[in-house]
Amino acid sequence: MTRKDWINLAGLAVFVLLPTIAQTVGQPFLVNLFTRFLIYAIAAVSLDLILGYGALVSFGHAAFFGLGGYVIGIVAFHTADGSGLFGWAGTGQALILWPLAVATCALAGLVIGFLSLRTSGVQFIMITLAFGQMLYFLLVGLMVYGGDDGLAIKRRNTLPGLDLRDASTYYYLCTALLIGWVYLCRRIVGSRFGMALRSLKQNRRRSVALGYAPLRYQLTAFTVSAAGTGLAGVLWANYALFVSPDMTAWQKSGELMAMVILGGMGSIFGPILGACAFIGLEQVLTAWTEHWMLVMGPVLVLIVLFGKRGLYGLLVPEREHG
Amino acid sequence: MLKFIEQALNGLQYSALLFLLSAGLTLVFGIMNVINLTHGSFYMVGAFCAAAAAAATGSFLAAIVAAVAGAGVYGLLVELLVIRHLYRRDHLDQVLATLGMVLFTNELVTVLFGRSPPFMDIPPALAGSVELLPGLAYPVMRLAFIGAGVVVAVGLWLLISRTRVGMLVRAGADDGEMVDALGVDVRRLFMLVFVMGALLCGFAGVMSAPLLAVQIGMGERILITAFVVIVIGGVGSVRGALIGSLVIGMSDAFGRAYIPLLLGRLMPSQLSDPLSSSLISASAYILMALVLLFRPLGLAPARH
Repeated sequence: MTRKDWINLAGLAVFVLLPTIAQTVGQPFLVNLFTRFLIYAIAAVSLDLILGYGALVSFGHAAFFGLGGYVIGIVAFHTADGSGLFGWAGTGQALILWPLAVATCALAGLVIGFLSLRTSGVQFIMITLAFGQMLYFLLVGLMVYGGDDGLAIKRRNTLPGLDLRDASTYYYLCTALLIGWVYLCRRIVGSRFGMALRSLKQNRRRSVALGYAPLRYQLTAFTVSAAGTGLAGVLWANYALFVSPDMTAWQKSGELMAMVILGGMGSIFGPILGACAFIGLEQVLTAWTEHWMLVMGPVLVLIVLFGKRGLYGLLVPEREHG
Repeated sequence: MLKFIEQALNGLQYSALLFLLSAGLTLVFGIMNVINLTHGSFYMVGAFCAAAAAAATGSFLAAIVAAVAGAGVYGLLVELLVIRHLYRRDHLDQVLATLGMVLFTNELVTVLFGRSPPFMDIPPALAGSVELLPGLAYPVMRLAFIGAGVVVAVGLWLLISRTRVGMLVRAGADDGEMVDALGVDVRRLFMLVFVMGALLCGFAGVMSAPLLAVQIGMGERILITAFVVIVIGGVGSVRGALIGSLVIGMSDAFGRAYIPLLLGRLMPSQLSDPLSSSLISASAYILMALVLLFRPLGLAPARH
């Protein structure tokens, strides 16, 4: 086994054993904190797919996070008050709702990606930002669903055989989804498709000359990434039992990017570490001072200036990276 | 008709504000290829300094000096400490590092000035309103704002097209490496442009302080709109920034006036009211998406 395998195994062990550890040390809130880690890790891993492997800097990825959450929130809203949606009574079944929400995000990703990929460079950053802002203002304007104040959700969705209201059960479900998603993403970036995506990042002109049509690869990656981010939004809505337009704000997109960079871009595993470190640091700093941004801001600058390959890059030698 | 003229003036005033902010932004991007999210923070710093100075001295002139100096000094510090190291980095790094600076500045201003700064009055010389047409009274402060925008636009045009520094700026935007090779210190040139952009932000801050709410985060929203402006206009060109400012400023003012009317006719009011407010807020982004889809380089891109 290489050093990288050991580190990944250690990370996996921490995640799997965490509820037991939390119980033993008498800090049950750790389970909630780590659930947040897991949810943001799914979003960060998804973003890494296009950021690290496709060099597509999406500044509006929070839109998919919010969209996934709002699908859950809106269905729950209509199910609870009995009004139904388009003649459908609604449901609390995760097996129906979650795929529906993820598919919605994938579809949104397909449309937004198709339009955005007509541009590149700074224009791409700005047009993805613009789509994110459009969704943000749409949600703020939807007074039916709480507008600016957001929408509270009464109870978590249900899965047959599992009690998702239990913190540990929900934690393990998120762990399982993260593991599955990471496995899928590793398979994607290691496949012929992933190679083509990377070659387009490294030298677009040469790849095109070799016969790769950029749009097909980049759009697929964008759509998959949107779906994964949507899944994270679904999990967040079920965890926090609350969705608000802030989930789609541009600062949130910035945070997701910061997690990817902090952990190490283009490694799939790195962003998991990045998400944990980012949220962990936020947690520690907010407990310490109200003005935690005074520290967090410069930390971001330092990460960018000096953190060449992120935290994961510090742990894993370069030849095993990627 | 009177409503139309009034909205046109409101649009011009918003355009002037957007132009003050986007002129610096587009030059910084055009010359050094740096995306600077902190630009909006200079505007906020300017507004806070102005409000504090006005509260302390009661003089609008002091407020102008404080705002311009505060924003300029802070801009210089940010350039020396952070931006300088980002020239050769990719856009992703620039976005993240300057986002960090935005968060830092917001918190710093909160610590220094408190969450709610002193309310700033309109200076007596610019208070009240004048009757432009029979039945159309318009606040003097807003007219002054439009005037300031025009003066800055003309001044920038003269500076860029008629002076040696302006020539270097144009040459730098066109091909920075070549200008560097010809023996011009591009870094110093860039620092000059950067600080000039910050000064304009400070000036925009003091002019808006009596009109808009001075608050934490005021820079971010307007900054994103300023980015929309330069993308619509075409990054790197001051002419583009002017065109973009007018497009966004006018569409915002007329959108505010006419979108609710139009939608109100099409659908019941409980549906049209929230929809039109979202549509107005999102209109700039919808416009930008449309422009980018048909003219990916913007309406008036810098010529190469």
